[in-house]
Amino acid sequence: MNTNALDFQTKSIWQTLRVADWIYALILMAGAIFAFQKYSQYMDAYEKGFLFAAAATFSYLGWRWKAIAKLVLGVGALSLLAISQYQGDLGRTSQAFLLKFFLGSQTAIMWMNVLFVLAMLTYWFAMFRRSMFVGKVASSLTWAAVLFGFVGLMVRWYESYLIAPDVGHIPISNLYEVFILFCLITASLYLYYEQQFKASQLGGFVLLIINAGVGFILWYTFDRNAHEIQPLVPALQSYWMKIHVPANFIGYGAFSMAAMVAAAYLLAQKGVMAKYLPGLDVLDDVIYKSIAVGFAFFTIATILGAMWAAEAWGGYWSWDPKETWALIVWLNYAAWLHLRMVKGLRGPVLAWWALVGLLVTMFAFLGVNMFLSGLHSYGTL
Amino acid sequence: MKPPITFSQRLYELLSSMRFAVSLLTIIAIASIIGTVLKQNEPYENYIIKFGQFWFEMFNKLGLYDVYHSSWFLLILLFLVISTSLCIWRNTPNMLREWRTFKEHAQEKSLRAFSHQSSIANPNPSGDVQQKISQYLIGQGYAFKVQPQESGDTLIAAKMGTHQRLGYILTHAAIVIICFGGLLDGNLPFKVQELLGNKRIEVLDIPASQVPEISRLKESNLSYRANMTLPEGASSNVAFLRVRDGYLLQELPFRVALLDFRIQHYPTGQPKSFESDVEIIDPELKAPLRQTIRVNHPLIYKGVAIYQSDFQDGGSGLDFKVWNLSQAEASSVDLKGQVFKKGTLGEGAGKLTVEFNEFRKFNIINLSPDGKGKPQNVGPNTTYKLRNASGQAREFVTYMQPLNIDGKAYFVFGVRDTVQDDFKYLRIPAGPDMELEGFMRFRAVMLNPEYYPQIARRLGDAAMTKDSQLRQQFEQGAQQLLKAFAEGGYTKLAKTIEAAVPEAQRDKAAEAYVKMLHAAAYTAYNISQKQAGKRELATTQENQIMLQDSLNAMNDMMFYGTPYLLQLRDFQQLEASGFQLTKSPGQFWVYLGSVLLVLGVFAMFYIRERRLWLLIKANEVLVAMSSNRKNMDFEREFNRTQQQLRQLLT
Ligand code: HEM
Repeated sequence: MNTNALDFQTKSIWQTLRVADWIYALILMAGAIFAFQKYSQYMDAYEKGFLFAAAATFSYLGWRWKAIAKLVLGVGALSLLAISQYQGDLGRTSQAFLLKFFLGSQTAIMWMNVLFVLAMLTYWFAMFRRSMFVGKVASSLTWAAVLFGFVGLMVRWYESYLIAPDVGHIPISNLYEVFILFCLITASLYLYYEQQFKASQLGGFVLLIINAGVGFILWYTFDRNAHEIQPLVPALQSYWMKIHVPANFIGYGAFSMAAMVAAAYLLAQKGVMAKYLPGLDVLDDVIYKSIAVGFAFFTIATILGAMWAAEAWGGYWSWDPKETWALIVWLNYAAWLHLRMVKGLRGPVLAWWALVGLLVTMFAFLGVNMFLSGLHSYGTL
Repeated sequence: MKPPITFSQRLYELLSSMRFAVSLLTIIAIASIIGTVLKQNEPYENYIIKFGQFWFEMFNKLGLYDVYHSSWFLLILLFLVISTSLCIWRNTPNMLREWRTFKEHAQEKSLRAFSHQSSIANPNPSGDVQQKISQYLIGQGYAFKVQPQESGDTLIAAKMGTHQRLGYILTHAAIVIICFGGLLDGNLPFKVQELLGNKRIEVLDIPASQVPEISRLKESNLSYRANMTLPEGASSNVAFLRVRDGYLLQELPFRVALLDFRIQHYPTGQPKSFESDVEIIDPELKAPLRQTIRVNHPLIYKGVAIYQSDFQDGGSGLDFKVWNLSQAEASSVDLKGQVFKKGTLGEGAGKLTVEFNEFRKFNIINLSPDGKGKPQNVGPNTTYKLRNASGQAREFVTYMQPLNIDGKAYFVFGVRDTVQDDFKYLRIPAGPDMELEGFMRFRAVMLNPEYYPQIARRLGDAAMTKDSQLRQQFEQGAQQLLKAFAEGGYTKLAKTIEAAVPEAQRDKAAEAYVKMLHAAAYTAYNISQKQAGKRELATTQENQIMLQDSLNAMNDMMFYGTPYLLQLRDFQQLEASGFQLTKSPGQFWVYLGSVLLVLGVFAMFYIRERRLWLLIKANEVLVAMSSNRKNMDFEREFNRTQQQLRQLLT
């Protein structure tokens, strides 16, 4: 037969785009323009920039990973539906049927919690049953959790403006809110690698850490009423928050996921559950890839943090406990990467290191707020 | 035959080695922890109190109170810079070679030894093999070079993603650049000056104008991070750098004046914004430059960035009523004070100095007993110290408005002996008309023996015994009771009971006494009300409690530690705004480094270097592939590539 070299030509992303992709991008751009027209008086120049950058970013992500496009559209649609239900009156949270039972920010977040728990149980069940089908169900549950979580945040964002325009702010400003963000980002990262490696057996492990987060959210809600929307202290009133915090949590999320997979690795390598789990080489690869993502974004986050500090505290580096622990986390994973990349080290040592890395990461994320006092003004327990 | 390795070579090997680098990273990480668990740059007294003299000295020698500027920490960082630089120096040539070269001189023998190679036997494509392969390589995005061999074969050496190598150079150069920038902004120059004895920190609290040359930093100083506190209406052209337990004075190339400082609050009471309207006064300016500085919105002038950092009192005026508790009368004198200033009370031996320390207009506190309720704004308070002739001082706090504590309103006065203790609070019921006078009049009657017969008589009437002798005893008892309470509160009362009543009946007696005291209090209160021409007190539950609380207050006053009770009546607030002034020439380098770092890291992670060799022989095409990162992606890619080539060529 006669094949032509051009048959194998690797296509640039533009060549791979189909009509659906363009429509998707157009919808996002239209959404951005709509939001701009409706809310631009609440944004400064940078935030207007972010709005359209976000539209572009999510278009690209959607092109590269179709599933995320569905999620974005779903979140958009449900959020708009919810907002339409409010009719500018916060009281309707407890009156309007849809808000009361599904889309009110509190309710949506509770749905997220429930779905994450179900998803984890289903993943474990699927793993021991070696059932592809149940595995698919588990993934769908996780997707649903992520959908509700993001809707919850979007609606919370809107609600904060209903309380009072000067109270309104993006819901990533205190421990309660970022914990939700943490769960959502970790789950999204996991879902990505799940379809990349066709490895739904890892779901049970990764959702352990996510559900730890869920546990915290529940405790924080019911014991501390942390779900009540608080206005922003002056230091946090900055566009930097919109980029610094998400970048940070991509980092935290990726590191946490790496740690969970590392746990799976260590078990498998001791022969425990080995026959249910993917091969060690796959696990090893997942660990590396997520730490790489984590490191890249944590680097960005720390730099953005420094730039914000330079604007808020009058210095890009104050050796404030939060900053310092960010550095510690960063150095820790830099060391990890060196051993793997340069020394070509593999196996249990790095897996253990990734697992212990979680403790360091968690301390930077939580411990600092709980035990150390500093300039970082958000969320103390 | 290698030449013997000299010491310097070995040193170079070590410093530029990965092992060393990774150890350094770990050491820095661990060292950094210290400064996060031990609060940095606190006033030294706090450390002494916390650790005691001995350990204080120890930790001080180790520079633990400012770890990140201690010599040993800087030394580690220096090592990191050296190590990284050497590492760059060592690896860069190789990286650049890898970046450029196609490795077109690979030998057939070595290619066959590759872990990833396969051979395509007798290819017979329609058309020229080499051309097809070139097309394929272009289609895949490879760059390649054609190398004819003496044997007549042709070797095509292709590469892709070698920019990854630049990633290494970028990341590591970035580290060095960032550290360099940090160094520019660090306090190293001052450390040196201090060692040479050219500079010394000032530890005395003296006016800026009197700070000696040796503790002053000139305008020419390249980098600093100093603080300035301005009361509204004031201006200054110097700022202060806190160093250890002292400070340095930084001269500025301009003068900053604070026109107005504003705090805005949310309805919930939390602060919403801190804003300062400032004026930059500089001979080089035609007109003074006016601007508002807010948190997150600094003003940058002449390379100096001015930030809103904090705020405090700027010397507010305070109007007090001073009640003299040593005497039983409801009269008070007025006292004017000003925050940061001093005043005096009394004369002679009992003379006290009042040091007005702080005034706060808003106090957001949580008064609910279980702590679950919402914090609320309880209005202004002020703290002051009373210092006696021998220099001992107690600290006091008083709230201007009555505080609402579980449903009842109290005037609250706090006292503590040292800054370490918590305040102990004296709560005085605000009474029906929310005033302190009512209580004071009541107290005047309760503590004044002249009234006791009258009170006793009324109690007697109420007791309604015909027996005149019994009644007399009763009334005497009542008077003794009042006397005892006036002299020593509940303790004295207890003593008198102990003295008078045998063990067995004490409890019953005590009960009776307390009853009587309350009845007396009720009578006394109404006497005081009558004198003031106010109506009598209805006998209701909460009035009972009010009187009870009042008696407790009178009792507690005996432990208030001073005869002077200062009641805040009015204030004229004057605020001061705290600025941070920074000049950091290193910032540019740090940001530059940061950009390189990000580019580098992404290059290293997400550009994958792959090399492909195709040796075209008469009846075979040898495909060999390599990457500097052996992982699953590469495996997959190799299989894909060689299969596609197979299809293409057969
Ligand atoms: C704070 C100090 C350092 C940081 C943050 C750092 C960071 C990194 C990072 C993130 C990588 C990427 C891992 C990869 O994907 O290859 C890397 C690679 C590497 N680092 Fe460092 N590094 C530091 C110091 C050093 C030092 C002192 C050396 C001295 C030997 C060194 C040698 C290397 C080498 C040889 C590579 C592999 C480059 C490659 O193969 O692509 N690093 N470094």
